[in-house]
Amino acid sequence: MRIPLSWLAEYVDLEPGSTPEDVHAALVSVGFEEEDIHRFELTGPIVVGQVLSAEPEPQSNGKTINWCQVRVAPEGTETAADGGPAVHGIVCGAHNFGAGDKVVVTLPGAVLPGPFPIAARKTYGHVSDGMIASARELGLGDEHDGILRLADLGLDPEIGTDAIRLLGLDDAAVEINVTPDRGYAFSIRGVAREYAHATGAAFRDPALALPETAPGAGFPVVIDDRAPVRDRAGVNVFVTRVVRGVDPGRPTPAWMIARLKLAGIRSISLIVDITNYVMLELGQPIHAYDLDTLSGGLTVRRAEPGEKLTTLDDQVRTLSPEDLLITDESGPIGLAGVMGGATTEIGAETRNVLVEAANFDPVSIARTARRHKLPSEASKRFERGVDPAVAMVAAARVVQLLVELAGGEADDLGSLHDTTTDASPIELPAGFISGLIGYDYSTDEVRSALAEIGASIEKTSEGLSVTPPSWRPDLTDKWTLAEEVARLIGYERIPSVLPVAPPGRGLTRTQALRRTVANTLAAAGHTEVLAYPFVSAHANELFGAVTGGKAVAQIRVANPLDGEAPFLRRSILPGLLQVAHRNRSRGLTDLAIFELGVVFRPEPGVSYGSPIVPPGAVRPSEQVLAKLNAGIPPQPLFLGVVLTGNMVRHQPGQAAVAAGWRDALSAVAQVALAAGVEIHVRQGAHQAMHPGRTAELTVTTDAGEQVVGYAGELLPAVAREFELPGVVGVVEIDLSGVLARAGATLTAKPIGTMPAATQDLSLVVDASVPAAAVRQAVIDGAGKLLESADLVDDYRGHGVPDGRKSLTFALRFRAADRTLTAAEASEAKLAGVAVAAARFDATLRE
Amino acid sequence: MSDPTEITEPVVNAAVDAALAAIAAATDSTALKVVRSEHAGEGSPLATLNALMRSVPKDQKAVAGKLIGQARGRVAQALSAREDEIATSEARAQLAAETVDVTAAASTWRAGARHPIALLQERIADVFVGMGWEIAEGPELESEWFNFDALNFDEDHPARAMQDTFFIEPTSAHLVLRTHTSPVQLRSLLNNELPVYRIAPGRVYRTDELDATHTPVFHQTEGIAVDKGLTMAHLRGTLDHFVKAMFGDEAKVRLRPNYFPFTEPSAELDLWHPTFKGGARWIEWGGCGMVNANVLRSAGIDPDVYSGFAFGVGIDRAVMFRNDVKDMHDMVEGDVRFSQQFGMAV
Repeated sequence: MRIPLSWLAEYVDLEPGSTPEDVHAALVSVGFEEEDIHRFELTGPIVVGQVLSAEPEPQSNGKTINWCQVRVAPEGTETAADGGPAVHGIVCGAHNFGAGDKVVVTLPGAVLPGPFPIAARKTYGHVSDGMIASARELGLGDEHDGILRLADLGLDPEIGTDAIRLLGLDDAAVEINVTPDRGYAFSIRGVAREYAHATGAAFRDPALALPETAPGAGFPVVIDDRAPVRDRAGVNVFVTRVVRGVDPGRPTPAWMIARLKLAGIRSISLIVDITNYVMLELGQPIHAYDLDTLSGGLTVRRAEPGEKLTTLDDQVRTLSPEDLLITDESGPIGLAGVMGGATTEIGAETRNVLVEAANFDPVSIARTARRHKLPSEASKRFERGVDPAVAMVAAARVVQLLVELAGGEADDLGSLHDTTTDASPIELPAGFISGLIGYDYSTDEVRSALAEIGASIEKTSEGLSVTPPSWRPDLTDKWTLAEEVARLIGYERIPSVLPVAPPGRGLTRTQALRRTVANTLAAAGHTEVLAYPFVSAHANELFGAVTGGKAVAQIRVANPLDGEAPFLRRSILPGLLQVAHRNRSRGLTDLAIFELGVVFRPEPGVSYGSPIVPPGAVRPSEQVLAKLNAGIPPQPLFLGVVLTGNMVRHQPGQAAVAAGWRDALSAVAQVALAAGVEIHVRQGAHQAMHPGRTAELTVTTDAGEQVVGYAGELLPAVAREFELPGVVGVVEIDLSGVLARAGATLTAKPIGTMPAATQDLSLVVDASVPAAAVRQAVIDGAGKLLESADLVDDYRGHGVPDGRKSLTFALRFRAADRTLTAAEASEAKLAGVAVAAARFDATLRE
Repeated sequence: MSDPTEITEPVVNAAVDAALAAIAAATDSTALKVVRSEHAGEGSPLATLNALMRSVPKDQKAVAGKLIGQARGRVAQALSAREDEIATSEARAQLAAETVDVTAAASTWRAGARHPIALLQERIADVFVGMGWEIAEGPELESEWFNFDALNFDEDHPARAMQDTFFIEPTSAHLVLRTHTSPVQLRSLLNNELPVYRIAPGRVYRTDELDATHTPVFHQTEGIAVDKGLTMAHLRGTLDHFVKAMFGDEAKVRLRPNYFPFTEPSAELDLWHPTFKGGARWIEWGGCGMVNANVLRSAGIDPDVYSGFAFGVGIDRAVMFRNDVKDMHDMVEGDVRFSQQFGMAV
C-alpha cells in the first residue's frame, strides 16, 4: 500500500517537519514493514507559462516545429524564476496548443524524471530557453500526444505560478507492506488510524466526515446466492446509487491525478479515477456502471456451469458455479468483487452512472480471483476483509465527488441491501493479557488501547467485554486483543525472562552419529555440498533403481521451477554429479564431494496423500492422524559421495593418485567407522555403475544381510552423460538404514600381552574367488589363535596357473596365556589352509 | 723402520707415537678402521713387540710387560675416543644431509570441509541443547494438514497463497514440500507429553527463483516451547540468551509487531550486532510469537491451560549476514571453494 503524505495529512496530523522516512518509522513501530518511498523525481524551476505566439516552422527533415514566445513571469515582472527574462523563446514539437494557452514550462536548471536536466540549447536554428512539458515528462501519466494544457485540467493559474506545487508534484508516498490480517490498512483511512496509534496524533475518520445521506431507493437489486461457498453468504452489503448528467468533458483534477499516481494507479477518466480514489481513501472497492447500458436491475447470483463473461481486460472467461456474478437482464456483467464486464463499462460518452459499493465474502472472492488468475485492487481488499459499515459511506463519497468534480446530479434512485449483524463481544478476563505477555498492564492501559483501535468496551464481573470495530474482522478472540494491547503500548515494554526447560537428553544417538559421519568424511578430505533435490525422470530411473527396465515410483512436483527437473530425487547422486560438473567447468578438476540429504522413495503402486484434509483447530482422531502419516512417502536420509580427478595430486617426490573405486570404498570404511556399524562389501551390480567395479554394501540384521548401498565407479557412459571425463568414483549409502543398526553396546575384548608369532601365507585360488571370502575361510579355519589376517599381495602370472591367482596374507597369531611356538602357529595356519582348500580348492603356493 | 727385535722404551714409544699420529689423522670411520688394523691389529708394531715378550728374560718381563701394556692401552683409548668423535660428526653430517624444505611437503592427505549452513545449524542446536531443549525432525514432503491447516492457515486465507508452495501431483492428494519447519513443531506437540521445549532445524521449500538473495530450497531452525504459564517475556528471554550465545554479548533482539497465522501475538525478530560486515544495524532474521490457540487446539492442547511461544530463523540468511556472503548462488551451487573457506568450523 502506497500512502501519499498530503492525503494522509488530511485525516491525521503529521508531526511537524515529518519526512517520508519519519512516517515510515512510525508505521513500522505499529507492525507494518517499510517497502519504499515514491516521489516525482523532479526539481524546479517549473512554472506556469502562457504561450504568446507559436510560429510553425517546417524543417528539412519533414517535421514542423513551433517557435514559441512564452511568458513565464507575471505581467509587469521582468525576471522569471530561472533569473532569465519574463518571456522565453522555446522550440516545441507538439501542435496541440496555440497562443493564449497556459502550459507548464520547465526552465533551465530544472530536472525532470530520468533524470533529464533542462538547459538552454541550440536547436532548429533557435536557442530554446526551456521546455514546454507533457504530462508524461512530468511523471504524471503516460499521455504523450502533446504537451499538457492546463485548461485541460480545468486550471487557469497565474503566470509564473510554481507548477510543482500546483500539480501536487511536491508530494511523496510511503509504501508499506500490509500483513494479510489487516485489510483495513489497504486504505488511507486505516493507515491514518495506525499513524495516530503510533504517534498519539488525533485521527479524523473520513468515514464520519460525510453528511448523512439517504441511501436511495427504487433501483431493483436481487440477491440470489443459491450456492454459498463454505456456507458463507456471498454478499452481505450491497449499495447502489445513481448519478445523472455527468459531464464527460470534465478532466480529473491535477491533485487527484498526482495522488493516484503516487499511490500506483494510472489516471484513466474522471469517473473511473473517482472510484479508485474512494477505494484508496476508504478501502471500499467501488464499481461504476454506465447506467444507460444496463438492461433492467441487477441480480447478484452464482454462475451457471459453462456461463461466459468478457471482463474489462477483454478476456472471455468461462465461469465456475462458485463464481459470484453481477448480472442484469442481458446476463453476467461482472465478476463480483474481482473485475467488471466490458459491456457496461464506463466510457468516454458515459453520462449516467450507477455506483456499486458492496461487501463480498472474502472466501468467495479469493477463490474467484485465484481461479481466474485475476488479482485486482478490489479482490485484494475483499480477500482480506472490507469494513462492511463503510459501503454506504463510500457510495455517498463517490456521489459527492461525481457531483462536485464531474458536474453530475445525485439521483434519489438507489438501493440498500444489508444483512450484517452486530459483531459478538469478546470476553476478556481480567489479567489475561498481562498473563500472556508477561508484563503487568494496568486496566486503564488495556482499556485505552482497545478504545483507540475503535473497540467498544464494557466492564463485566470477570473483566471486560470487548466488541471489535466493524473494520477489524481479524479480532476474533482474547489472544488477538492481547496483541493489539501489546502492540499499541509497545513490544519494547516486554521484559526478558529466561524460562527453565526440564532436563533434556541431548542429541539422539542418530543425530550425534550423523554429525560424526559428516565430520569424518570432511576430515578425510571430502567437501560437503547441498544440492537441490529436483531431478529429471531419467535421473531417477537411472540412479533410483538398481536395475533398469521398470519405471520407478517417483514424486512429481505440480508446479516445478524447472520443467526439466520436476521430480523429487530418489538418489543423491544425480545432483552431486551435476555439482561435480559445475566445479569441473570452473577448472576445479580434483573433487571429493559429499552430501547428506533426504531422498524421496515412494513404493511402487502405493497412492500417497489423502483426499481429505481435516479441519484445523481440532485434534484429528488417532485413526485420521495415522492415515495422514501413512500417506507421506518414505524419506530416508541418504549419503552420496563423488570422487573425480586425483585424490593425491602430483607433487615433489609424489606421483599423482587418480580417484577410483578404492577411494569410494575408503569413504565407505570412514562412514562405517564413524557410525560404529560394520558395513560389509561384496561384488555387486548397479545399472549406472561399472559392471566390474561395483561393490554392494550390506549391514547385518536379524533378517540377514540388508543392502544399504553401492560403491565403486560410474559406468563410463553415465560419466560422459554428466560430462565428467575420466574415472568417477561414487558411493551412495542409505544412512538411515545404517544408523538404524548403530547403538549396540560393544563387549570389549581383553588385550593379549603375550608375544605374537607372525607368518605369511600364500594361497592359490581361481581368479574369480573374492579375496575376502578366502580370508574369511582362513580365519574360520585358523581358530582363535589367529589375531589378524591382512591381504598383502594378489599375484597372477609366472608360476601361477592361468585363471588362478596367488593371495598372500600376513597372519599374526597370539595366545592369551603363553608364548606361542612356531609349531603351534604353523598348525593353526594349516588349519586355515584346510578350510580354504575345502571351500575354494585353494592350494598352498610353494 | 725394520721390525723391532727388542722391547726398548724408545722402540715402544716410537710405535705409540706413530699410532697416535695416525689416529689423529683419521677423519672418517673407514680411515679409522685402517688405522686400527695398522696400529693395533695383528702385525702392527705393537703386536709384533708384544710377540717378543716370549723371548724376554724372566727378570725383565715385568718391566717390558708394563711398557707394552701401557702402550697398547694408550693406543686403544685414543682409538675409542677418536671413534666417538667421528661417529658424532658423521651422525651430525647425516642429519644435515637429510634436511628438507618443510614448505614443499608432498601430502597424501587433503583438506575437506563441511557446509557452513550445516555447521551453523549444529551450533544453534548445541546452544538449545545446552538449555535443555531437544531436537525434533520431520518429513520434508508433508501433508497439507501439517503444513497449513493445523497451523491455522485457512485454505482460503491470503496468508496461505503467500507461502509460494510447491505442490505435489496429484494436488488432490494434498501433499506439499514443507514451506517451513513448523509442521515438525506440531508433530512434537502431537507426539509428546507436555511440557515440550524443542527446536526443529531443516530444509524448507518455496517457489522463489534462485537469485542473489533467494533460493527455492533453504534452511530454517524453529523452536517451540509449550508449558504452563509461558509468556512473551519468556520468548524474549529465550531469544536474548540465544543470540548472545550465538553472536556474543553485544548481540541483542528487537521484537516488532507482525502477523503469522500460527502465532498470536506475533512479532518480527530483528537482530542487532555492532560488528557485522556492513556496520552496526538491525537485521530482520525471523519471526516469532505466542503459539496461536488454534495451533494448540490442533494438537489437542487446551489453550486456557497451556501457553507457548515459537520462533523461527533463516540459516542461509544468517550465514549471509554473519559471514558477509553476498550472493546466494555461492551457498547453493556446490562450488567446493565456498565450503573450503570454512573448513570444519563456522
